Amino acid sequence: MSQKKAMLIDLTLCVGCNACQGACKEENRLPPGEEKYLSLTAYTALDKYNDLYVRRMCQHCDVPTCVSVCPVGALSKTEAGPVAYDAEKCIGCRYCLQACPFHVPKYEWSSTKPRIQKCKFCASRLARGLQPACAEACPTGATQFGDREELLVEAARRINAEPAKFVHRIYGKDDVGGTSMFYLSPVPFEQLGFDSRMGKTPMPMLTMSALSKVPNVLSVGGVLLGGVWWITNRRAKVQAFEASQKKDPTRPPEDKP
Amino acid sequence: MKIPGLPRITGWHPIATTLILAGAMAAFARFNYGLGATTNLSDEFPWGLWIGFDFLGIGLAASGFTIVAAVNLFHAKEYEPIVRPAILTAFIGYLLVVLVLIIDLGRPDHFWHPLVMWNPHSVMCEISWCLMLYTTVLSLEFAPIVLEKLNIVSPIKWIHAISLPLMIFGVLLSTLHQSSFGSLYLIVPNRLHALWYTPLLPVLFFISCIASGISMVILESLIFARGGRDLLPTPLRANLAKIIAVALAVYVVVRVQDLLTRGALRELTALTYYSLAFYAELLIGFVIPFAMLLMERVRTSRRGLYAATLLVVVGFAFNRMNTAITGLEHYPAQTYFPSLIEVFITLGITAIGFSAFSFIVKHLPIFEPMVAGPRPRKEVVTGRPEPIFISREGGDLESR
Ligand code: SF4
Ligand code: SF4
Ligand code: SF4
Repeated sequence: MSQKKAMLIDLTLCVGCNACQGACKEENRLPPGEEKYLSLTAYTALDKYNDLYVRRMCQHCDVPTCVSVCPVGALSKTEAGPVAYDAEKCIGCRYCLQACPFHVPKYEWSSTKPRIQKCKFCASRLARGLQPACAEACPTGATQFGDREELLVEAARRINAEPAKFVHRIYGKDDVGGTSMFYLSPVPFEQLGFDSRMGKTPMPMLTMSALSKVPNVLSVGGVLLGGVWWITNRRAKVQAFEASQKKDPTRPPEDKP
Repeated sequence: MKIPGLPRITGWHPIATTLILAGAMAAFARFNYGLGATTNLSDEFPWGLWIGFDFLGIGLAASGFTIVAAVNLFHAKEYEPIVRPAILTAFIGYLLVVLVLIIDLGRPDHFWHPLVMWNPHSVMCEISWCLMLYTTVLSLEFAPIVLEKLNIVSPIKWIHAISLPLMIFGVLLSTLHQSSFGSLYLIVPNRLHALWYTPLLPVLFFISCIASGISMVILESLIFARGGRDLLPTPLRANLAKIIAVALAVYVVVRVQDLLTRGALRELTALTYYSLAFYAELLIGFVIPFAMLLMERVRTSRRGLYAATLLVVVGFAFNRMNTAITGLEHYPAQTYFPSLIEVFITLGITAIGFSAFSFIVKHLPIFEPMVAGPRPRKEVVTGRPEPIFISREGGDLESR
């Protein structure tokens, strides 16, 4: 399975039945219930805006912020698309909570051995050739699973077929560098709680510009400081020498360094 | 009990003991009941007081690398008497920060993971490495003081032999992680308030740590002076003050210009929680002390310098806390105030730091040479009775 997988979430088709959340909870053995916001017990949640329902979940970004900030590589982007988490590595610094632009990871604050919790893109099901539990459960096709490229074509086809029905944007196509969750919406995304200020550049690039200077600081800085030491050391010696020479009255007094 | 070089604080022992005990109990609770039950941290506010403490501790411990660089790399040898106290401060500061970091981690038992599991894309990983390496450098710079006391000479020669690369390495590591603490926030442009978020965060963090680090050196020397041990004559302190003034000026110019180019100045026209926090930080920590330090009168008076450098340090604390807490409160509209347990642990650890400092000052040759009896209080110390055996020059020992 080399093709990157993705899901297309068409908000115009969602009827708010919460089947996705129910199936997800069953698949991940979470306590049942309908939650509006992501939590430790809801890897996906169904938020409501007037008559529109919006599924929230980990976007499984192409260049994931969480993966880039994790100091120990506990989070990783897998070939098939899912962003996986390894609690055995996690040190609990919570940088991923701080940095994820979608506020996805949740922390087991009440535990003494806390872990991160978030949607797993049903990686184990994908590995078995199955589709995610939520996509399988969706009765209307509002959540559809497939190959990333094919789903993008399909999303564009839907917009072109009914241009009046959708805002002309596939959210997730290139937001923060592209994600695995594409949204189609009849109203501007900003009205549905999507952050519109994030742009198309992957967040990790913001840090890379600083981190990429580290080798320069080390090499140039090292040479520079060594040079400074060498020069000032020499100057100090010269001064000491001249000071000792000054005692000699035959030397002209204006002979300073 | 009077420790030479440190002013007496009435009731310090009971206060310190209480704080440390309370801190130990709070830490016990934190490890037994977890972070959720004992802190006010949450998914919306995953970093709080402790990260602020780390910023502060590291920034103030910048006294170590700035003075080491000045004395041993730039050959400002006249500042040598303050090198050991500065290294000691930095060493204690870093150990405390590492301690707080470990307490802060959700999985303290995994604290060593960054050493074996790398992620070169992570600022946090870089900081972990820098912290660990620099603490090692500091312990090597500090070791001769202990060895001298124990009269073990041969390792001192070893350390002396590598002292130059060691110091350069230390200064580079400091430069890196001082600025990297700012880089931590580069990744949250959508979270951090526009008054604090800027691509220049690492640069600004670095400039301000120089001002705060040197301010700490001055403060320390003033405190020692009150305790009857004047390590830096007034003209030398005044020179340091000039460096602070320059750093402050550069900071203000860079900061304001950056706000201007990013169009964030309009955030300042209305008086909001954020603009007030910003004004407080910039005025208290940068503009006012800068204006003060421009005056020769302030630079050469103990009281004036005390006030100015204290302002720099307080303003620095404001700046770091604003970046770590205030600036993040606007999105997702969430306020954070540390829990009592967070506060107790922080105070307890701070008390450990102060106690360790006075203990070490009392028992190790931090102020060589030890002079019997009280030193006369003079503004300028002239004519030292003996040569000084200090820092880097392990070889000096042979002349004893
Ligand atoms: S949505 Fe957040 S948690 Fe999920 S992959 Fe993207 S950055 Fe990581
Ligand atoms: S909390 Fe764990 S998974 Fe998240 S960044 Fe820190 S170490 Fe990585
Ligand atoms: S992909 Fe799996 S884990 Fe994620 S929301 Fe769907 S069912 Fe839940």
